[in-house]
Parts: sequence; C-alpha cells; structure tokens
Amino acid sequence: MKELLIGNGAVARGLYEAGCEIVSSYPGTPSTEITELAAKFDDIYCEWAPNEKVAMEVAFGASLRGKRACCAMKHVGLNVAADPLFTLSYTGVTGGLVICVADDPGMHSSQNEQDSRHYAIAAKVPMLEPSDSKEALEFTKRAFEISEEYDTPVLIKMCTRVAHSQSIVETSDRVVPETKPYEKNMQKYIMMPAMAKKRHPFVEERTAKLTALAETSDLNREEWGSTEIGIITSSTSYQYVKEVFGEEASVLKIGMINPLPVERIKNFASKVKKLYIVEELDGIIESHVKNLGLEVEGKEMFSNIGEFSQNMVAQAFGKEVAEFDSIETAVPMRPPVMCAGCPHRGMYYVLSKNKITVLGDIGCYTLGAQAPLSALDSTLCMGASVSGLHGFNKAGGKESEGKSVCVIGDSTFMHSGVTGLINIAYNASNSTVIILDNSITGMTGHQQNPTTGYSIKGDPAAKIDLETLCRAVGINRVRVVDPYNLKECEEAVKEELCAEEPSVIISRRPCVLLKSVKLKPSFKVEADKCKSCKMCMKLGCPAISMHGGKAEIDKTLCVGCGVCQQLCKFDAIEDGGAL
Amino acid sequence: MNKSIMIVGVGGQGSLLASKLLGKLLMNEGLDVKVSEVHGMSQRGGSVVTYVRCGEKVYSPVIDKGGADCIVSFEKLEAARWVEYLKKDGVIITNTQQIDPMPVITGAAVYPENILEELKEKVKVDELDALSLATEAGSAKAVNIVLMGRVAKYFDISYDKWINAIETTVAERFVELNKKAFELGYNY
Repeated sequence: MKELLIGNGAVARGLYEAGCEIVSSYPGTPSTEITELAAKFDDIYCEWAPNEKVAMEVAFGASLRGKRACCAMKHVGLNVAADPLFTLSYTGVTGGLVICVADDPGMHSSQNEQDSRHYAIAAKVPMLEPSDSKEALEFTKRAFEISEEYDTPVLIKMCTRVAHSQSIVETSDRVVPETKPYEKNMQKYIMMPAMAKKRHPFVEERTAKLTALAETSDLNREEWGSTEIGIITSSTSYQYVKEVFGEEASVLKIGMINPLPVERIKNFASKVKKLYIVEELDGIIESHVKNLGLEVEGKEMFSNIGEFSQNMVAQAFGKEVAEFDSIETAVPMRPPVMCAGCPHRGMYYVLSKNKITVLGDIGCYTLGAQAPLSALDSTLCMGASVSGLHGFNKAGGKESEGKSVCVIGDSTFMHSGVTGLINIAYNASNSTVIILDNSITGMTGHQQNPTTGYSIKGDPAAKIDLETLCRAVGINRVRVVDPYNLKECEEAVKEELCAEEPSVIISRRPCVLLKSVKLKPSFKVEADKCKSCKMCMKLGCPAISMHGGKAEIDKTLCVGCGVCQQLCKFDAIEDGGAL
Repeated sequence: MNKSIMIVGVGGQGSLLASKLLGKLLMNEGLDVKVSEVHGMSQRGGSVVTYVRCGEKVYSPVIDKGGADCIVSFEKLEAARWVEYLKKDGVIITNTQQIDPMPVITGAAVYPENILEELKEKVKVDELDALSLATEAGSAKAVNIVLMGRVAKYFDISYDKWINAIETTVAERFVELNKKAFELGYNY
C-alpha cells in the first residue's frame, strides 16, 4: 500500500516489517517519532529509557537474547551511548541490532551540529544513510539483514530533512524471523582483554567484507547522465543535486556511508570528466576519495556549516537560480519563546530578579535564556547543569555557593542529572539544585519519563519520587515549591542559597500544554489602574504586551497562571474567575 | 502539475495539519509528494515553515528562494518574512491576523505597520481575516482549514476531493467544523 510518511515514520514502519520486537530510546529532535510511531504497533515492545546509553544497552540485551532490536536517538544522544557502541562493534549481535541516529544540520533544535558519520568510522560499524522515506523504510529492513549476516550492529543515519520530510513509501507485511536460541558464548560476549583481543581482528575482517559488499550492493548506485560532471553524494544532498542537475550529471549515490567502496569510486571517477563531492557537514566521503589519490572538489565549494539547498548547490556550480522580489522593511525576528503560563517562568523571574548565576540544561527551559528574563549563564549538554554547578562552586568557593544555582528539567534530571547530584552529595559542595519538574519531557513533544507515572503507551508505570530519590543520594534539604507562587519561590531560593549544605528545590507544576491540565480563564488588565510601569513585561510572557501605553493581556493566549498579577503594584490585573 | 507551496506561521497555529491535508490530497491525485516540516524548539511560538511539493517526480524536500508558487501565511508578518521564497508570478495567501513576536513585545523591535501594503506593491497578495472566519465556523483553531479553503481556489482539484481529504485527515468529531471552515475560506 502507498503511504505518505515522514522519514521517522518510515523507519518505524521498517522496524515493524523487519520483525523488530524491541525498541528502547530516549527522545531527541529530530529522532523522537521513530520510537513514538513504532510504539503504535502493538507487535513491537517499545519503551522510553532514561537515557541513550541505557536504551542502547537494552537493545543489546534483546539482541543477545536472539531478537531483532533497535534504539533511536539524536546525534548528541549517540555521544551518551558511545560507550556501548564501540564495544558492541566487537561483540557483534545475535538478533539483528539497528541503531538510528538523527543529525541536525542547521541546528533547528540542537546545541551543536556534529556529524554522526564519524562515529561509524571510529566504531568500525556499518552505517546506512537514506535520502527519503522510501529508502528509510527499505534501509531499515536491510540494516537488520546486514546486522545478522555480518554479525554487527548497524547504524542508520537520518538528518532533519529526511527524518521530518514526508514522502511516499510502499508498505508490506511484517515478517518476524525466528528467535535465535540463547547460547552462552563467553568468547564473543565477555569483552575482557583476552577475548577482546581476539575480537578486534574479527572487526577488521568484517570491515573488509563490508567493503566488498559496498562494491556491489544496490545500497550504492550509479545514475548515469552526462559524464562531463560526476558527483558523489548522499542523503538530502543527493536530492538537491538531482533537483539541480537531473540528467545533466552522473551521480554516484551513496546509501552505505561506512565502509565506502574503493574500486567502485575509482571506476566512477574514471568515467567522468570532473569529479565532485556534495555532502553536508564534514568532508567524510571527500577524505576517503582523496585518500584513494583521486582528484576531486568538495569542501572548496561547499561549506561544512549548516544545511544545503538546491540554490546553494546550483550557485556552487555557477548555475543561475530563480529571481525573487524583496521588501525593504526589516522584518523583526520571531524566536521561539516559553509559552504563556509556562511554569518555568515564575522561577526564572525570581532568579533573574535576584541576579543569581544559573547553570542551565537542555529542554524547553533553555528558552529562559531569552530576553527579557535572560536568566541563564550556561547550557552545555544533558545533565551538565548539576555537575557543572559543583565545579563552579568548588572553583568559586563560598561566594559562588551563595549566589549560584542550576536548573534542570525532570526528564533531563533522570537522564543524567542524578549522577551529578550524587557527586554534589559525595564531594560536598553547598550547591543548590533546582529541578524544574513540569511532569513531562516537554521540548521534544510530551514524552513520558520515569517521573511521570506513565509508559510510552500511556499505561500506568512506576513513578520515581524525586524527593525520595534526592534524599536517598544524601541530600538532606529537599523542598517543593509552586512556581506560580513568586513569594514562595523567592523564599526558597534565598534560604537554600544560605544553607551550609547541598539542597534541592523542586519547582513543580505540570506543563500547561498537557491535556490533563485545567486552564483558568484569561486574566485582564484594568486600563484605568495600569500605570504603565511595565513590571508585568519583565516576565517575557507572550500574552502580555503594551498598547497605547497600557499593558494588555491577549485572552487567546493567557491561561490564567496569575504570575503577572503578583508583580502588579497597582492591582491593575484582574483574575478571570475560577476554573 | 508541479507545485511548490509554503505554509508559514507561528508555532502552535496548526500548520502541521494543513500540510498533512495538502500532502494527502496531492498523493490521492497520483502525484509524487514531499512535505518538509520542522519539529522541536522552533515550534514554541517561533516562526515556522512547512514546504509542500508535488509533481511527477520531486527531489528536494525544501523550497528555495524564488521557488514557491504559493505562500500560505497564517500571520501577516510571516508572509513578509518569507516573501523572497515566492516565484516571480506566485501568490501569497495570508491571514490578516497580527501576532507580536517577543522582540516587539519587549520593545526591542517594532511591528511594521503597513507590511501588507508594502507586500502588495511587490507581489500578488490574497488576504483574508481567517481568524474571524474560523471563529464563525466554530473555532479559532480552524484558521488552518479556512486558509486551505482559500488555497483550493488556486488548484485544479475538485471541491469534493478537498472535502474527502478533510474527512480522512482530521479527527471525526472535528470534521463538520472543518468542512464549514473550508467552505468559508473557499467562498470568501
């Protein structure tokens, strides 16, 4: 049957058709829908794991037990899961094991734009790179076959424009291979030095075999057109090249990015007059081709920063692009913002007002860095706020401890914040950790996590109690505040910063976008009472703006959180009534 | 039929449903279709863009400057933001709604007053108060489908096929509301 699917949906469909039985992942844009959509198939066991390392190890265990398994993550998630990946390369698999990693060139929703292809090379693991949904589905199924035939985990590399672009796929039925019986195999699966030493030569031999596969496989394909220009390309770059050149160039389209073929590339190069490489981010194919001693142009013409497009490819080749009209007026930027009624806003206001140094983390709440709150001092990676604060306070001493905090979301805390907290307790810094508990994984689109009490399928699940957890790792001062109550937040922050021991403040209120959250009627400004002091504007709430010198509340956006009312010294903001 | 359509607006306005509807409709026409969305951080009240392309064979999932036959804008400032993506003979269909971006709210920038007039001097603009029409249909959230109704005017696809696409795309309890919204946009 024909279906229009986003690339991630096509991977999920591929998992289903390939008979994959276990999927464990941690959400991350642009990879999240792979697991969300796989979870819609009752035949696949799916789960959200606390982080990518755990997810990959779950998939490993399932493979070890003889079933086809998968985990999916964003590019930076693979950094977290790199530890199991590199040694999984040595152990190989029993049931097929596929690891999907989604890059984000252009950083639509990421903190860096690292190129995951380096991992495939470094870990010596094959990597397939689809260029649209049709290939995403096909390659997912092929990945399982390669995994089992060559005894290796297989990486599938997505990117934003493949993961989040819908295109047409042809679906077929699910075929589940027989579960392989479990047999203890210490030589293969216990990676202590004596055994690992024997597995490394196996990995090198496997790469040689996979290179031979790359020489003949239809995962890579030549598309002959004019031989004046020959272009080696992959992923979305292939689509841009075809859009620009059609039949006017010959293309070697790479579907298996690691290992790359040798003879096939030499052969392609020998048949074209001039050879080019078009690839987003780093010059991975280019380095390989140059190592073969071939003359080629690539990164001289194309940037290793950001996304490509058809016009960019056309212009690099000196081709004309379409004309267009412009306007003279500068259009103001429209950056993403924290939603009206976002529970993080109240706490951020308090931190900003008191000029507190705030080490931040990854999630919706990173938006607290935006003006006018400008509440953050750093954002590095998942969990770094907690561990970073400890280092910051050890370096800054008492003075730092009294005016620095970190903020981390509930899901991020589960991911890798708790280990930092253990470090704070164990190595004793008087650090103040604020957990912004909005009871969901927000930024990636509302995924459940170990603190929410629900599984990926929405079924009731064990609920980690944050207070108990924090106390259990050795934090004596744990308190919960309501971020809609500014006074309560301010008191808590001031007291905990003064305390001579580590403390945790849990700022708890569910995300207003959750369907389960009952929203209050909109508040409104009484224009007569408004003295235009703009105190309410300090919140950076998208529902509040100044018109004709008076504050105004947009009733379509306001959800009645009441935080602005607490700031108004003239009682100009009126409650819209009860729930 | 080769068409490149951009759907632009403010995160949360429902552009994903509009692109889903359009994608389904065009696939039902037997065309190759690509729809490119952006999820994640930029959806939080930021400027969002979705590309819809159809034809015998579609390669690039995105539309580049000078490449869109039609830009459907959910908010007038967004129409201005993306105007350079319009083909020389293309049309902008825009909602006349104004949503202030944060830099305007904080006073760091000014919402350009006569932005639609300026646009009209340069390109073909088809404007409508989709918010009022959506409210008339029964929900302010139906702005997306009102605009799709207007878009239908520029396509050589029958009214019934659009309605069929609505019936198979939106949740059953919203079908009537959305059919009404579509009709109001179409007959505007």
